[in-house]
Amino acid sequence: MSGTQTTYNDKVVRQFAVMTVIWGIVGMLVGVIIAAQLVWPELNIGPWLHFGRLRPLHTNAVIFAFGGCALFATSYWIVQRTCHTRLWGGPLIPFTFWGWQLVIVLAAITLPLGITSGKEYAELEWPIDILITLVWVSYAVVFIGTMAVRKVSHIYVANWFFAAFILAVALLHLGNSAALPVSLTKSYSAYAGVQDAMIQWWYGHNAVGFFLTAGFLGMMYYFVPKQAGRPVYSYRLSVVHFWALIFTYMWAGPHHLHYTALPDWTQSVGMVFSLILLAPSWGGMINGIMTLSGAWNKLRDDPILKFLITSLSFYGMSTFEGPMMSIKTVNALSHYTDWTVGHVHSGALGWVAMVSIGSIYYLLPRLFGKSEMYSTKLVTTHFWIATIGTVLYIASMWIAGVMQGLMWRAVNADGTLAYSFVEAVKGSYPFWAIRVLGGVLFLTGMLIMAYNMFKTMAGGKTQDAPVIAPVAHHA
Amino acid sequence: MDINDLRSIVTVAGLLCFLAIVAWAYGRGSQKGFEEAANLPFSGDDDQDAASHTSHPR
Repeated sequence: MSGTQTTYNDKVVRQFAVMTVIWGIVGMLVGVIIAAQLVWPELNIGPWLHFGRLRPLHTNAVIFAFGGCALFATSYWIVQRTCHTRLWGGPLIPFTFWGWQLVIVLAAITLPLGITSGKEYAELEWPIDILITLVWVSYAVVFIGTMAVRKVSHIYVANWFFAAFILAVALLHLGNSAALPVSLTKSYSAYAGVQDAMIQWWYGHNAVGFFLTAGFLGMMYYFVPKQAGRPVYSYRLSVVHFWALIFTYMWAGPHHLHYTALPDWTQSVGMVFSLILLAPSWGGMINGIMTLSGAWNKLRDDPILKFLITSLSFYGMSTFEGPMMSIKTVNALSHYTDWTVGHVHSGALGWVAMVSIGSIYYLLPRLFGKSEMYSTKLVTTHFWIATIGTVLYIASMWIAGVMQGLMWRAVNADGTLAYSFVEAVKGSYPFWAIRVLGGVLFLTGMLIMAYNMFKTMAGGKTQDAPVIAPVAHHA
Repeated sequence: MDINDLRSIVTVAGLLCFLAIVAWAYGRGSQKGFEEAANLPFSGDDDQDAASHTSHPR
């Protein structure tokens, strides 16, 4: 407890913010490579750079390296500013940065080597899982410790979302990664059969719900009001939004296992809770977008606000699409097709990446003692390239996915399949090429961001800002 | 009483708990606190954009 220190710890925020952009480029580049491998199979070079090895590298890099760094950076910034205190936790703070970078580097080495536990979004083997646990517990101690020594009575709603994200991810990681090691690089899941599948998708869906949603909603509840210059539309709604998400998300996982060995009633429970989730999701989206009501003109020339509000639009779109896809009859068409891939990227590119990019653009000049980014024009360019890239990606996957679903289920009058599998592959081919184009555009946007970032950093001051005493409110 | 009764009770208790939270959030008593909390991002700020204190929470 460092009561004498009078500055915010912006160093760790600076580190995570810069690495967000770097890992974003790496993760999205791998994404472009694997998308290209589906169009040009010759690009599958050797065992290490094969699609099957690079695909988990892509997902881990964009979710945990890009998304993770963005979450660390923004949560550390927000909790200090809204609690009016320096980050608490001493050496644990740099440990969360360096430990997390080590996890990412180890993932980048082991996954191409084929060292994997085979669980989607939890592929890393047990020694890395232990390192993740140590980093994550440190993160929880730092974040909750900082909230505990706050100088104001209230805990701002963004911090509630971040705290829930940190605690839930700890629970999910420990639950799903339970395994019996047989060597340094190989372990077997502690669960078997359908229980293993259910635990995996309890983890998998809540990784979406808490890592990719609750944490980024924390960003939204701080940066949208800040950039719009006005408090959130309805604080009451934000409270109900928070608790509704907490009460329902944990139950939705079974929709990943429709028409499998999972008991039918469990599938139906998963579907019903997925449908209920539409309400809190849209409550949150409306709350964010309506924060701008009466100040819509700001959207015209503020590209950061464009990123934030567009991200909310994609959040609303994908949280409508998700519950629809969880309906069993819809799922019978969509599951295992590229529609799922399109849905994921509508959330990942449109919501998660856009809200992160907007937030990092907000932070960068403030972290390096500048009044604004080196080029606001390039931020606008980035916004349009990213938006067009996202739309190309998801639209091509929708078309490819629905087409695949229809072709796979089509039968002749005598009950035989109307199409062989390879005919659906052939039909998907042009849409996979459009996907590459969408991905290249999104990656180009990140490269523009990196250029803009380094130009903003050049000659910048990296002094920590002083902790400011809270202004008393007289209602 | 078997384990399934307990499960039903927990489910119903969860729903009631949530409804109580909604009633509290939209009740009169919480308004002043929410107003203060909603303005926390603007309290003693690094920027000069604290002009929005008058805005009324819904």
